[in-house]
Amino acid sequence: MPNDPASGPMLEFDKVSLRYGDSWALRDISLTLNPGETRIIFGAAGSGKTTLLKAVIGLVEVDEGRIRLFGQEVTSLRESQLFGLRSSAGVLFQEGGLFDSLSVGENVQYPLLNRQRGDTEVSPEEAEKRVREALRFVELEQTFDKFPAEISGGMRRRVGIARAIVTEPPLVLYDSPTAGLDPITANLIMALVAKERDVRNSASLIVTHRYQDGEIMSDFRYDPEQEELLRVEGAAHSRKRDRTKFIVMKEGQIVFFGTRQDLEKSTDEYVKRFVRHEENHAQ
Amino acid sequence: MLDFLKTLVASFQDFLFLAGRSFLNLVRRPHYYDDVSLQMDIIGVGSLPIVALTGGFSGMIIALQMARALNTYGASSQVGAIVTLTLVRELGPVLTALLVAGRNASGIASELGSMKVTEQIDAMRALGTDPVQKLVTPRLTATALMLPCLTVVADVIGMIGAYLIAVPLLHIIDSGGYWATSWRALVMNDLAQGLIKPFIFGMIIALVGCYYGLRTTGGTQGVGHSTTQAVVSASIWIFFVALLMDKIFVGL
Repeated sequence: MPNDPASGPMLEFDKVSLRYGDSWALRDISLTLNPGETRIIFGAAGSGKTTLLKAVIGLVEVDEGRIRLFGQEVTSLRESQLFGLRSSAGVLFQEGGLFDSLSVGENVQYPLLNRQRGDTEVSPEEAEKRVREALRFVELEQTFDKFPAEISGGMRRRVGIARAIVTEPPLVLYDSPTAGLDPITANLIMALVAKERDVRNSASLIVTHRYQDGEIMSDFRYDPEQEELLRVEGAAHSRKRDRTKFIVMKEGQIVFFGTRQDLEKSTDEYVKRFVRHEENHAQ
Repeated sequence: MLDFLKTLVASFQDFLFLAGRSFLNLVRRPHYYDDVSLQMDIIGVGSLPIVALTGGFSGMIIALQMARALNTYGASSQVGAIVTLTLVRELGPVLTALLVAGRNASGIASELGSMKVTEQIDAMRALGTDPVQKLVTPRLTATALMLPCLTVVADVIGMIGAYLIAVPLLHIIDSGGYWATSWRALVMNDLAQGLIKPFIFGMIIALVGCYYGLRTTGGTQGVGHSTTQAVVSASIWIFFVALLMDKIFVGL
């Protein structure tokens, strides 16, 4: 269950390590995430980005170190004790992770019905209303009765976002939300991610390969009146940038942590690979 | 060699761990009754035609072969008893289990394997659902309950098949004699092993299918590999357990 935001970080990694055979999946990882903050995680394939994301909610068991989520120690809980904690965070998987056998509406409804078995009662009418709201948020209400196989990859990703946010979690984890998508769809997905952050003030942990994804999160805000992303400027810009930090991972280790400006100034050859030049930036 | 043995022991340990959790979930909430009835329909009703056909043909083949062999000793009138005992004690449970293993252990492994490689299992865990509770326990319950029923169907249709060969075709016994010798041949021990065996086989089929499905790695190629392994392992386990149970029941 979410803790009191004033009581400390929402998420805390303390010297976390995990080995797969001879190689390090995570090595001495320490990081914190406070309510409303965003972390963009870059890294080469196999650098441990997805493992880090999965470790947050205990989907992978770490060898050393402690992970605290919403004030509870993930690393000391048993699998059966983790289910309640996990459902307090929203997760978007790389391919959406939608259940093939359920319709889009049922997929988005799943976290609500699952909560129904716990301590939160949601009536079927209320559940459908919230599902339609979540689908409207990602502009896909018309797909309510369709099955995942009947919609495109980008739409599946958007339904995945709707499912991740339907319970209005204070933390949302995004695993490569734009991987394999064309630039237009990728920008649309990131606009939704930024919209979710700004409308609900949720914290986000985003694994991505695209520099533009980080730039959108760092330099843009969602304007509910104009219903579009606007570039932030002045004092608001520096606040937004302070709350959006970049992490670069290499062979399970964090080799860079800082703001977008720090990232662009980095002289490290590995870190520079994840920075795009100005002419390639997202519009 | 040592590494191979270590892997084998570790795999068996994982299998037992999965089996233990699945059985424990039978008494834990939440219970997914809808999934149990859906799986009973897929496994039970879905397998009915192939099980009925195989049972019928098996009965006919045994009757043809036995009629000739029994005739040598002047005991062809016992064909009904031989067919019934063979089917109820051994061939009914084993053949039905092998067919269901080929059809459903593979189906379960490929379905769960596909869910694993497309991160649906992780999504389920992330959404606060225990995949063993939601996916394995309903399949275990459904297969363990449906396999004895399918075996009874295979036995009965096999006996009818043997009747068609022995009575109208070969005229080696009259209708009343066939059913009377068949019925008299059966004792409680035969009926017990004819029902307990498929119950155990059903658990093996479901657990082996789920085990290989849930440990799938390596994309679509991995799904194919898991499916093959599930069918092969389930078949071997069926024969091995049949042998063990025969030893127990024959000793009674």
